[in-house]
Amino acid sequence: MALSKKVKDTLFGPILENNPIALQILGVCSALAVTSSMDKTLVMCIALTFVTAMSNFSISLVRNYIPSSVRIIVQMTIIASLVIVVDQFLQAFAYGIAQELSVFVGLIITNCIVMGRAEAFAMKESPGLSFLDGIGNGLGYSAVLLIVGFIRELFGSGSLFGYQIMSLVTDGGWYTPVGLLVMPPSAFFIIGGLIWIIRTYRPNQVEAKEV
Amino acid sequence: MEHYISMFIRAVFIENLALSFFLGMCTFLAVSKKVTTAFGLGVAVIVVLGLSVPAGNLVNTYILSPGALGWAGFPDADLSFLRFLTFIGIIAALVQVLEMALDKYLPSLYNALGIFLPLITVNCAIFGGVLFMVERDYNFGESVVYGIGSGVGWALAITLLAAVREKLKYADIPDGLRGLGITFISTGLIGLGFMSFSGVSL
Repeated sequence: MALSKKVKDTLFGPILENNPIALQILGVCSALAVTSSMDKTLVMCIALTFVTAMSNFSISLVRNYIPSSVRIIVQMTIIASLVIVVDQFLQAFAYGIAQELSVFVGLIITNCIVMGRAEAFAMKESPGLSFLDGIGNGLGYSAVLLIVGFIRELFGSGSLFGYQIMSLVTDGGWYTPVGLLVMPPSAFFIIGGLIWIIRTYRPNQVEAKEV
Repeated sequence: MEHYISMFIRAVFIENLALSFFLGMCTFLAVSKKVTTAFGLGVAVIVVLGLSVPAGNLVNTYILSPGALGWAGFPDADLSFLRFLTFIGIIAALVQVLEMALDKYLPSLYNALGIFLPLITVNCAIFGGVLFMVERDYNFGESVVYGIGSGVGWALAITLLAAVREKLKYADIPDGLRGLGITFISTGLIGLGFMSFSGVSL
């Protein structure tokens, strides 16, 4: 299947060129607290990608019938219903993880990526493209989250997805875990660093000096 | 009384919504360039959190939780799956009412806070505060204290960050870090500072 350029840009653009977290400052809200271990991160990423894609798709389907004065409420209702589905699904099939994620599944509703994409993209484009845009932005978000989660779990507790990779000193091994990485503020440092790396290779993203 | 005071301190410093749960980050990073605007937004968040957490608590206790509809003759009803939708509705409605009330009775305050109020509807800090209240089973009194306390904590954090960012303007920052990057790192450092409160037990 040959992908046209527009489709490709919509799907892969948000991953590096126009990353929702690193460039658009969207969706950092609920994201960082779930990155302390990989399995939580992965579930969160799948949930968010699903919600963004589906909400983009459904909002784009009804976009011509929504009066612009009430569009925010309509978007909110669609997104909230989708999140309820995801939440009920997690409670039923992955109860342990749902407990650990606690309020953060619900917080997908107020995640600015979902709203932002609905408002900026789905209200203008066709359902198919909007769906891909949702997937693309979900993947861009997931990429950042998974990197942060990988660093935090591997170096913070020496494990990945709960499996011990590096044996800890407390269990008679050799690795002394970096305690800082288990604590919330470390996510800020890692994201700050990621932004620095991305912008070093893509100087066009560097912000202008404030006067 | 002691219980409430310790809850307040806990909500402001130890479990700070912005710095240890990362809630409201979008607005937190976007509106923290100047101390005065940051402070204005902070006050608006205190007001909205202080109102919406107790309101959410009432609705949850008397309508949504399992068996809560007993007073209306439906003791078996369990509407808890409607929580997200209802809470978002409550917050949006409250913000709207607050906006109209301020516009009518306190125009000067409205002019200062007006632009921030719509932003607050989609602020995860508010929604997160309400959800935490449900998850931790607070009663009405506790939810009032928690709402105001977490609001004060958020306002404190954003004002601090804005103050740091105003000074950062004079710093010579590497190109790639300028703007967003350095803001993330300074937020992390403030967060580390707040971590030191976690040893405080009341």
